[in-house]
This record gives sequence, C-alpha cells and structure tokens, in this order.
Amino acid sequence: MSALRQIAFTLNGRAVTADVAPHHTLVEVLQEQFALYGARESCAQGLCGCCTAIVDGRAVSGCLYLAAFADGADVVTIEGLADRNHLDPVQEAFISCNAFQCGFCTSGFILMTRQLLEQNPDPTDDEIRHYLSGNLCRCGTYPDIINAVHAAAATLHKE
Amino acid sequence: MSTRVDPQPITEDRPTVQIGRSIPRLESLEKVTGETEYIHHLRLPHMLYGKIFRSSVAHGRILKLDTRAARELPGVAAVITGADVCALIPEPYYGPAFHDQPVLAIDKVRYVGEPVAVALSEDPHLAEHAANLIEAEYEELPAVFDEVEAAAATDTFVHDALKPAGTFPDLKHLQGRTKTNVALDFSLRHNDAERGFEQADYIFEHVFRTPAAIHAAMEPIVAVGEPRGSSAVTIHTSSQSPSFVRTEVARLLGWPENHVRVRTAFLGGGFGAKLYIKLEALVAVLALLVKRPVKIALTMEEQFYTITKHATTVRMKSGVTKAGKVVARRCEAWWNGGAYADIGPRVTQKSGFTAAGPYDIENVSLDSYAVYTNLPPAGAFRGFGIPQLVWAYESHTDIIARELELDPLEFRRANILRNGRPQATGTIMRDTATVEVLDTLERAMDWKAPRDPGDGNVRRGRGVAIGFKACIAPTTSVAIVNIYGDGSCAVYCGTVDMGQGSDTAMAQIAAEVLGLDPRAISVIHPDTDVTPYDMATLGSRSTFHMGNAVRLAALDAREKLFIMAGKALGCDPGLLSAAGGCVRAPDGRQLSVGEVIKSGFLMQAGNLIGSGSFRPTYTSPSHGDGQSSDITPFWMVGAVGADVEVDMETGHVRVTRLVSVADVGTVINPAIVTRQLNGGAVMQLGLTMSEALRFDHGQVTNASLADYKIPGILDVPAEIFAEAAPGCQHSGPFGAKGAGETGTFAVSPAIANAIHDATGVRIYDLPLTPEVVYRALRAAQHNPLENEL
Repeated sequence: MSALRQIAFTLNGRAVTADVAPHHTLVEVLQEQFALYGARESCAQGLCGCCTAIVDGRAVSGCLYLAAFADGADVVTIEGLADRNHLDPVQEAFISCNAFQCGFCTSGFILMTRQLLEQNPDPTDDEIRHYLSGNLCRCGTYPDIINAVHAAAATLHKE
Repeated sequence: MSTRVDPQPITEDRPTVQIGRSIPRLESLEKVTGETEYIHHLRLPHMLYGKIFRSSVAHGRILKLDTRAARELPGVAAVITGADVCALIPEPYYGPAFHDQPVLAIDKVRYVGEPVAVALSEDPHLAEHAANLIEAEYEELPAVFDEVEAAAATDTFVHDALKPAGTFPDLKHLQGRTKTNVALDFSLRHNDAERGFEQADYIFEHVFRTPAAIHAAMEPIVAVGEPRGSSAVTIHTSSQSPSFVRTEVARLLGWPENHVRVRTAFLGGGFGAKLYIKLEALVAVLALLVKRPVKIALTMEEQFYTITKHATTVRMKSGVTKAGKVVARRCEAWWNGGAYADIGPRVTQKSGFTAAGPYDIENVSLDSYAVYTNLPPAGAFRGFGIPQLVWAYESHTDIIARELELDPLEFRRANILRNGRPQATGTIMRDTATVEVLDTLERAMDWKAPRDPGDGNVRRGRGVAIGFKACIAPTTSVAIVNIYGDGSCAVYCGTVDMGQGSDTAMAQIAAEVLGLDPRAISVIHPDTDVTPYDMATLGSRSTFHMGNAVRLAALDAREKLFIMAGKALGCDPGLLSAAGGCVRAPDGRQLSVGEVIKSGFLMQAGNLIGSGSFRPTYTSPSHGDGQSSDITPFWMVGAVGADVEVDMETGHVRVTRLVSVADVGTVINPAIVTRQLNGGAVMQLGLTMSEALRFDHGQVTNASLADYKIPGILDVPAEIFAEAAPGCQHSGPFGAKGAGETGTFAVSPAIANAIHDATGVRIYDLPLTPEVVYRALRAAQHNPLENEL
C-alpha cells in the first residue's frame, strides 16, 4: 500500500535493519521480520500491555508504536532479557511465584516489572499496583504478580 | 485398551508421591521468555489474511452485496461471499446444538456484526482496506432484543424454523418448530411446588437480571486453514474443542473425519469463547476455495461480535416456614441466546436444572428458556450459566435470611443439600462437600467476629454466597501414554492448555502411576491426526475425565513395562513396582525405564504404548419433569465471602476482602488450583462490578477494552485468597475433580449481599457500577435520581 523505507536499529543488542511502511507497527515488524513473538497484539489500543517492548529504555505499546520511530533506537524485547540457561531475576520470580496462567500477557508484565525495579528497587504493594495498572491479565493472576515483584526485588537486593 | 465406563472408586490405596505437589507448570520457561507457541503467531508460506465484512443491521434481508471495488483493489486475492460458500457446501449451517449458523450470511442477516463477506490478501492491512470497500444493501426487518419479550413474541422471529443438530436426543422434539424464538424450553418438576407454597408461612418473590458480557481472552480468536490438495484440510486454531471442530467441518464438507486435521497450541485464554466452531469452518472453506492457506485473526473489537455470555432474567419464588426451612421454590430463567444457538440450549438445560441452588428443598419447579434474539450469539462462558443463576438464587436466599432475621450463613447451612439426599433432578448427591465448604468459609472469614460497620460516608458490610454446578454429561476422553526407547515418556491427550495448567496436571497423574518425574514427561498438544478423541476442554471436565483416561493409559503402559521388566529381572511382573524412574523387584534389584525398554527391544528402540478411555455413566433427564437418577458424574461447590466498603456519597464499592472456598476433591497441584480459583474470582469480580455489553438497536456500543472495563491490578482486593475444602471425589483420578469454574460461582451475590449488609440497599441487576449503587441508595432514601439509565 505504501512505499517501504529501510530503518536501522539495535535489537536485543544486535545491529539490524528492516524495511517498513509508515503504518507498520513495532510489534508487526518484530514478528514478521525478526520472528520475535514475545510482544503480541491483543487490544490494539495500547491498553493491555501484551505488546510491550522497551525502546531507548522506555516501555512502549508495540501495537501503537510505529516501527519507523525505532530508526536509530535501542529496542529490547522479552527475548533479549536472558538466555535459557540464565534467566533474569524477574523471570525467575514469575516462575517461583506462579505468576502466570495462559502466559499471553506475561512478557509485558515482566518487562514492566524490570522497569519498575530499575526506578524503584523496593516498591510497596500500592506502588506495584499503580505501576502495573496498564497491563491486563484476563486469567486474574494479579495477586501472584504482586508477590513476584516483591520476590524479584528481594533477589536484586541480594545481588 | 482399558476402558472404564462406570465411575467405580479408583483411588490408590498407597500414599501418593506426585499428587498434591505444587510443581511449577511444565511450560514455565517458555512462558517467561516469550517463546510459548500460540496459533496467534502462526505464519505459513503463501498464506493470505482474511478480513471480515460484517452486517450493520440487526435483522434484514440482503438485497445487494457489491464486492467489485474490493475485488479490483490491487493486491486483493479474492472476496468471498455466502454464495461462494454455497458452491462448495450446499447447506453451510453449523452449530453444536442447532445447525442454524451460516459460514457466511445467506439471504438474511440476524445481528449487527454478523460475517457477510471476507476479503483476502497477503497484506492484512490491504485485506482490511478491501473489506471496508464492500457495500451491502438490506431490507431491514423488525428485530427483537430482550429475552423475555422475544420469548413471548408473536410476529417477529429470528429464525423461520428450529433446526436441532440431531446429536442431542433431548432436542429432537424441537425439529421443524416454527413461529417461535424459544430454541429450547426445559422444565423440571420435583414433587409439587404449588402445594409447597400452600404449606409455607412466608412467600418471597424477586426478579434478577444479568447483562451480556464477553470473555476478552488476551489472545483473540484465531484460525488458519491450510488446504492439502482438494480433498483434505488442516486447521490450526486456538480452539478448546479440536475433536468437535474436526467432526463438524468434516460433516459440512461431506468428508470422512480423517480428511480433516485440527491442531492447537497453547491458548492465550479461552473461558468458553473458543469452543465449538468459531472461525474454523470459515477458514477451511476459504482455504479450499482459494487453494492457499488463509488466516483470520480477530481483533479484540471483533470478539465482541462473535460470542458473548448470556444475558439473563431469572424469577425466583420461595416458600419458607417459620422455622426457617425452604419448602418450595419456583424458578423461571430466560437466557438471551442471540441470533445463533451455539451451545445456549445446553446452558439452558445443564445449568437450568440447578436453578434452585444447593439446597434440600422438597418441592421444586424450574422452567428454563433458550431464547433467540437479534444480538451477537451467546455461548459457553466460564461457569456455563451457573454464575447467572447463583446471582439470582443467592441474592434471593440472602433476602429471605435477612428479612427473617436469620444469620445468612446459618440459614444456608440449615437448608443445605447434603450427601445422600436427592437434588431437584432426583439424583442422590454423593462426594459433594457442601457442608465442609460452608464450614471452611465460616472459619476463613471469621464470620462471627465483631465487625466495624463504618459510619458517615463509608459503610462496611460482609456477605456470603454459595453455588454449585453439575459436570456436563455424558462425555468421553481418550488418552495415550507412550514410553520411548530411552525411557522418556509422552502423554497424548486432547485437553487444551489455555492457562488452567492441564499439561502439568496430566503429567503429574501419569508420573504418579509410572514412578517418573512429571517434569520429564512431555504432553503432546491436541492434533486430531495424533492425539485421540476428547469431547472438549470445557465445564471443568478435564481433570476428571481426561485425568481418568490418562491414569488408565498410564496403568496400561505400566502393565506392559512390568511384563518386559519381569522377563529381564526374572521376576513375577505382579510383584514389581515403579518409582524414581525405575522398575523395582521386591529384592531391591532395579532397572531404569530406559534399561527395561532396551532389554525388550535389544537396543534403544520401540515404544510401550498404553491407552485409556473414560466415559462416566449418565441418565438423560426425562422430558417434562427433568428427573434423572444419574444426572452428573460429580458436583462442584464454590462459596465466596466478601467484605466491602461503600462510599455513600458516590456509590463506589471497594471490595476489601474476597475469600473463595471450593470443593475440588483431592488437589493434584495446589498452586495451580489456587490460581484457578482466585483467577475465576477476579474474572467474576469484573462481571460483578463493571462488565456489561451496551447495545443501541443491536449495535454494541462499547466494543473495546477502553469502554468495556475488565479488572486490572488496581481492582483486585487487598486481601484475596482461596482455599480447598476437605473433599474426595472417589470416582476421580486420585480423588480429584474439576476446579476451573468453581471460583466464579458465588462472587456476584456475595458482594451484593455485603452491599446490603453495609447499606440496607438491595440491588437486583448486575453490574454493581457506582451509578447503579448510587441510584439504589438515593431510591432507598425516597430521593431518586432523575434520568433513567
């Protein structure tokens, strides 16, 4: 429908290029051109957080964020967090606290939790709730997500 | 194959190793690294994307369908209409209960949002653009929206004649019925309700309503059709019922079932939305017509036009003695089924027969009506109609207790249905922990402790409610356990893991029998070319039905393993045991499972395959009085206690504590069961406090998560927990039964009862939005707000 333009950016620590149309979203480009499926479109309105990716250190809704804006940026997705033998403490905490059921929203919650703990290493329940209020979990695993954030905070303190 | 068709007690008499362990889900690593497979992600070579053009009127005759501009758009592969579908399938109507829903609209449309045509392109944006270029002209017809009005309508009918599918014997009497919107009328008569009312000292009568709602699974409904030549097709789908999809698509195409392959992956939530046929017949037809793979992935908005939770109107009438005994109850329930029956008639019957609640009532009369309207179709929704009924009977029960100045919990306990007593169908209740659930809730809530009622603008209250559910019957599950040449093991089963943790539970059951580590067992996801038949993943049936099938399959495999090991060890197979990944002889000698296989096949080769099939007994309710001696393989019981704070100035209700207690039998994996119970409670919290589809002449006006509020993390009560009451379902695997829906049953009335406790104000219609509560508060002060809702 529209002309493609090449953009260059850093994706999970690796320099990459992609051909994108003006209307392509970041989540589409991640899935179609890089086979990264951890960010996924659900509500398509930036309300649920399933499509969360980190662009230049800031969480964005990948379903609304136009891929063209990622030109020159540093993009991190859930796949860039850790390798399979060495999980991030937040990922470990989500497993040990059973903080997911269907898992569709989990990438977004983990990325937001990482960002929260970078800004606030020891958040209260209220602070966790406010920070994660833009992520939705239809399975209703919220109490365990709150526990997981505390557990991850405790691990990061020890480190 | 070991087959068991009667629910004999099959609990092991030795202590279990893997049962009752909170091992992490088998797929934990994939879920935290973003690598989980969902059909949502699937892309096939040469695949086209389909975008649906939908009806803009609630009821109308299609006069003209202009697809030319869409077809001529460069990059558009095809535009498919109902006429194209009919060229492939002369009678393209599907449905689990009625064959009433066309693959694409033919001649008529019956709700706003009904699929009329599909535009196909390699570029999903182009397909969407093309769909927007399609134009339709309709002759609008009168429409019906309200379930009670539609049931009584004399001149406006959604369908010309009823078309029951024929798979359910109790629907056959409806064949060909015309001039009605009532798709099914189910009635039950237990003794004589009218005589019961005459014996009563008090009569209570109320009407309760619940709105339409949607599942809003985070992975929207998605399916990919993949042609294999012109006489076979593969359907990749986010389905909860792959076996049903295969049967139904094969029926439509006139093919044997083995020409249709249906596979799933993990589901990003299901909650009943992904049952029976949703997009599967459509993508199969499209793929066969254009001879390329076709994917349709609904948007969140489109889910609002696809399947909903039944809106209901329920009238409850009870006769009660001065001693506080309920002696008669009459219930009438109208289920707003929308334009196509889907599984609505089963909801109407299967939930309908429990409409008097988990109480021991001598005289019961129930009438339950599945009603067609010109709204999006309603179907299964976590709880299968039970939360709507519990809303009615537990609000009603609470009103009675409070008006008679009886303790609400004691009143319930005094009337509760106990084991050994007949439920309203006449089926004797067994292995059902109704009393234990109430006792556990009383303790967990510290029910009798003094409370702070609040004052001024903030009033506090506490409420309880209890509901129960029968498991759908009769249904079959079949499983295979396969031990490979190296001693590793896989379970092949058609149960779909949509977040409820069934893979892990099935692995624990197989591991328990085979003496293996459940984390070393892989569970093969449903693929009808690979995994055996399973009725569907619904109605909290899997742990019981598939769990029993997996247990039988594992026993079958173990028997073969022991015969092979007996030869290698020179020992009677009957004396062997399996533990720690080994087969052990009584004298202490042991071989690993891999060594046993090598001894039998002389190298790392071969398979040891066990299979198991499970179908419990069932007696269909008799037509007219609904009586049956064997209505369900097991009962589920769920109770909830809620503490609330009501802001008297704004009507805003804060749930400060939500306690769920359930009878789930033996708990296979406590961590997973707790999350299912709490998760069900959180979901039902949304349906209680905020969720309702709003319609304007049949058009959904809040079809987005911006306008339709599902619970977020800020909505979860500060204190929320779930507890399993002591119980054992002796016919279940190791004593287990279903848990997926139980957390939803009693949430809504527990909260409304707590609001009444806090304010003295009773609310009869869900949801309990601040506006609804505030209007009720003002009305109670004889100072009602103007502007009706």
